[in-house]
Amino acid sequence: MLRFAREVGSEGPVAVGGGGTQASSVNVREVTNEPRVVTAPAGVWEYEPSEMTVRCGAGTTLAELDAVLAAAGQMVPFDQHDDATVGGVLAVGHSGYRRLRYGHVRDLVLQTRHVDAAGEVVTAGGPTVKNVSGYDLCRLLVGSVGTLGFLAEVILRCVPVPLAQRWFTGAGVDPFELVAKLYRPSAIFADGSDVWVLIEGHPDDIDAEARSHAMSAMTPCDPPTWLPPDDRYVARTSHKPSELRGLLAGGSIGLAEVGVGVVHRATETHSIGAPTSANIALMEATKAKLDPTRRLNPHVRLW
Amino acid sequence: MLGADVRTGESELGLYGRDGSVLRGNADVVCLPTTTEQVRQITEICRNHGRPFVARGSGTGLAGGAVPVAGSVVISTAKMNRIGEINLDDRIAWVQPGVLNLDLSRALAPVGMHFAPDPSSQQVCSLGGNVANNSGGPHCLAYGVTTAHIAALEVVLPSGEVTVLGGIEADPVGYDLRGLFVGSEGTLGIATNIAVRLTPNPPAVATLLAAFDDVSEGAAAVGAIIAAGLVPAALEMMDQRAIEVVEAFAHAGYPTDAAAVLLVELDGQPAGVAAATQTVTDVANAHHATDVRVAADDAERALLWKGRKNAFGAVARIKPDYYLHDTVVPRSRLVDVLDAVYAAADAHDLVVVNVFHAGDGNLHPILSFDAREPGALERVHAAGRAIIAASIEAGGVLSGEHGIGLEKRDYMELMFGAHDLATQDAVREVFDPDGFANPLKVIPSGSRCSDSFSQHVPEGAWV
Repeated sequence: MLRFAREVGSEGPVAVGGGGTQASSVNVREVTNEPRVVTAPAGVWEYEPSEMTVRCGAGTTLAELDAVLAAAGQMVPFDQHDDATVGGVLAVGHSGYRRLRYGHVRDLVLQTRHVDAAGEVVTAGGPTVKNVSGYDLCRLLVGSVGTLGFLAEVILRCVPVPLAQRWFTGAGVDPFELVAKLYRPSAIFADGSDVWVLIEGHPDDIDAEARSHAMSAMTPCDPPTWLPPDDRYVARTSHKPSELRGLLAGGSIGLAEVGVGVVHRATETHSIGAPTSANIALMEATKAKLDPTRRLNPHVRLW
Repeated sequence: MLGADVRTGESELGLYGRDGSVLRGNADVVCLPTTTEQVRQITEICRNHGRPFVARGSGTGLAGGAVPVAGSVVISTAKMNRIGEINLDDRIAWVQPGVLNLDLSRALAPVGMHFAPDPSSQQVCSLGGNVANNSGGPHCLAYGVTTAHIAALEVVLPSGEVTVLGGIEADPVGYDLRGLFVGSEGTLGIATNIAVRLTPNPPAVATLLAAFDDVSEGAAAVGAIIAAGLVPAALEMMDQRAIEVVEAFAHAGYPTDAAAVLLVELDGQPAGVAAATQTVTDVANAHHATDVRVAADDAERALLWKGRKNAFGAVARIKPDYYLHDTVVPRSRLVDVLDAVYAAADAHDLVVVNVFHAGDGNLHPILSFDAREPGALERVHAAGRAIIAASIEAGGVLSGEHGIGLEKRDYMELMFGAHDLATQDAVREVFDPDGFANPLKVIPSGSRCSDSFSQHVPEGAWV
């Protein structure tokens, strides 16, 4: 980690590279001086299944992390490319396709160590599942795309791998009824004509739900081959879950994560969010405090 | 002050100078607004008069977060108790900060939902307080702490501006300032409207009580339950003294000869819960449990929980005052830290009762004492320091639930280095450069180059 901190240094533009799998998710701007690229340390350094926490370098690939955890029947539900890095996934802050059940990716993080613009290591959060000691800088860092600091090491919370997973599909089904009637579906996809549902848990409970009235028009199917992330989606947009009703009724918009509000699109939809002026002021001030010379990932544009 | 309830009467101010901690401050002006606009106006007046302010929910905080120091005007949210829009598609409800935690879950029952964070004080504590403290509760191992259940916050910033942090859409743009605000203990502004995430009520619940005649077997059973692939909705442990005290008060049927009991709650769907119940029973027996009892119905379930939830109140039967500690340690070190807790209590001639959220290693040693005894409070603080040090040394944290507030502010250096604290302070300055919002809390003085207000705990406040 100290090597990484030295590489980041304290002067000159610098960028952090991960697995390069989410480049299309990040808005960029032109920069005059090309930043040097550094990579975070990798490796699973501490894992105790009975603690349900794992400590690893931010450069660790999901493939490596998944393999270590799977051996103990646990997982961290990132659901991104195998080549993606833990740090990259957290920095971009996009949740995987099972967010409906497992929550936002930011809530998987317990502790972070990052290298700041001064080249120093900062620790935030704590090693335990519950912790409220000081400001929650971990949440600030997730989704900041490296512009406030480069993640070096994280402690993540793990969950048990479910006993069983079953996919179902149906045409002309109201996906919002499924959100309301199923207990904790892991994913519900809709594209305007077809609906797919993933239910995980005890096999008998899945069978019982499959027999329920809400699922009467759904039939079991193989796991889809088009699950995001996938190259066919070139953009994703973010909506209120309730807005998906209107969007889907209006015709095919792409692949919607019902109950979550994310839509994966096959055609380019150039969008960058526009926060309120008060929030822009807060975010600019945060950036100015933590990276006064704007040297960290200068090419990234968040708003 | 404009249109809001303002209290300046002597007898009431005493109440507002205190919270659930042993700390006391000085309240000379207390406001009880009902709207966001009133909160905004009050903070503006405070700024114009150079007075800091402290927001107060129900005042149940245990770390002094709501104790007014440095001349802070108290802004109580007690009258901001309306539940607004409930949207089942978005799975959120907008609630004002004065809504009480359990009242919210009760109001959501008709639509089959609840608010997952369930602190032991949930009958009294407010949502605003839950946000300020990133509150936990027994169900947080499975469901997450408060921050995971807050979609958006309307806040009055120390600058007087009103803004919404976070949002209902899937991925709000920019930095997660909402996440930063949760757990900031009133130092970044005041939340005036809160979009809470709704959690569906589980169709099946099972509650078990397992008794052990050896504390380390009980603690080992906790780890084994997790390692078996279960995430219980709650996993609570109580030591022998806690059991004796609780049983005398609540008559919940706890075995008073047990060295420790585990209260386990499992929820979800019927087959999964049934399988998990069997697993927990098997694990308990494998760790030489002397008795494993599964609650037969809701009434028995409520009785088992009555014991646990009344532990703090029951402690008053030993001596009139108590100091409740709150640390979290890795589950594997629970027994070591417990030994250190007993040793610290013995060394300072104090009685200690232990209840804890064993599932996430959150310890609540309760030191029982009589504040009227000369020197008692000093002994309590000395024992407390030893407990905190032992917890951090074991790889734990400073606070699992209660926050830093005033009480643990000066212990932050045990957990964070100078640069870590400087970074936290820098972020605080973004929101509150002039130090109006709940000054002197969370970050130890000396981390900042300058403090607008007194550096020390002022006259009238005792620790």
